[in-house]
Amino acid sequence: MSEAGAPVLDPIHQFHVKVIAPLHIFGVDASFTNAALFMVIAALAVVVVMLIGTSSRNIVPSRLQTAAEAFYEFSQDMVRQTAGEDGMRFFPLVFTLFMFILACNVIGLWPYTFEVMAQIFVTATFAFSIIFLVVGYGVYKHGLHWFNVFKPSGVSPFMLPFIVPIEVLSFISRPVTLSVRLFANILAGHIMLVVFGGFVVMLLGAGAYALLAPLPLAGIVLLTAFEGLVAVLQAYVFAILTCVYLVDALHPGH
Amino acid sequence: MASQAAEGQVAGTEVPASNAHADVFPPFDTNYFAPQIIWLAIVFGLLYLLMSKIALPRVAGILSSRRNAVDDDLAAAAQAQFDASQAATAHEKTLAEAKARAQALGQQAHAEAAQAAGARRAQLEADLAAKLADAEKQIGEKKSAAMANVESIAVEATHAILQQLTGKPVEAGAVAAAVAAAKP
Repeated sequence: MSEAGAPVLDPIHQFHVKVIAPLHIFGVDASFTNAALFMVIAALAVVVVMLIGTSSRNIVPSRLQTAAEAFYEFSQDMVRQTAGEDGMRFFPLVFTLFMFILACNVIGLWPYTFEVMAQIFVTATFAFSIIFLVVGYGVYKHGLHWFNVFKPSGVSPFMLPFIVPIEVLSFISRPVTLSVRLFANILAGHIMLVVFGGFVVMLLGAGAYALLAPLPLAGIVLLTAFEGLVAVLQAYVFAILTCVYLVDALHPGH
Repeated sequence: MASQAAEGQVAGTEVPASNAHADVFPPFDTNYFAPQIIWLAIVFGLLYLLMSKIALPRVAGILSSRRNAVDDDLAAAAQAQFDASQAATAHEKTLAEAKARAQALGQQAHAEAAQAAGARRAQLEADLAAKLADAEKQIGEKKSAAMANVESIAVEATHAILQQLTGKPVEAGAVAAAVAAAKP
């Protein structure tokens, strides 16, 4: 969300990365920024639920442990249903991805926080890493046969020159769509929230039109609820698409 | 990083994009490409290690130990129920046996008592019959004795009456014969 006392009602201002502690390692800028800070906060939130919540290992769980178990079983079902029993080797990765994105999105919804997933570099890093993992694991597991993933079975040889480029293109577009889907959804939602907030302020400062100010305020309330849904849903979509793409690494010949 | 330091100072200007990144949409600002990715790799890598090495095995352990505990408890409960039904069957069997035995004992005791009572009654009846016979014999003796007395009284009375009536001595033997003859 926008910082208090932002110069004007600039909906983009909330996405500015600010350096908190400058740091250069071997000439590479590794400064600790507000984005890094909220990555750490999100990771700590996940650690609180998953490690501290489960530390007593109760048979009858506490609240936090119930939450940790619910996240675990939800993610486990998701991976198992999408990627099958073989896909369970990627369960820790998908689980960590889901929890981290979920924590970033939910924390980023609070005013004065920073939304990590509205940074295209972050989502793109995730998406490209996943695709490289798919290719790398697929080639490691199946050798060059893995590239049959671009050749759908049952297609007549005459069609292959047309089908294979389409398959390759769709594969290459995966990291782009995966990263942009998450980034754009979160970015647009946060911009909308600030724009509606700006309407409230502008209407309040416009004499008689101040009577209309509650309308965009009600809009913010509805939008916040909707953005809460988007925050969870986009984390889920990202995780389940990761599973779907990982299936290609496991079983290229489908 | 001077541009970052300047950002706070331009906060009052009218133009929102007056900082150093004016021309760049902030999420696309390539200046922050390296720090974002480096910190993402550090934070996500640590989180991945914590989750995959500690948290997820721990949750899996909790879930499986709970499943085992529930299964064990259910098995123990089923065993206990089986034992209880076995015990109930055994109890019913014992009860039925005890009942049958008690009934048999009762019948036997009843029969013995009836037999003993019958024997005593027969004994008593025999005794009583003997006493009755004695008594009847005595009565008969008494009666015949009495009857003999009655005959002598009748003779005497007749003798006396005849003397009074006739005023003459009456032969005693004749009177006795007459009385004997008059006796039915």
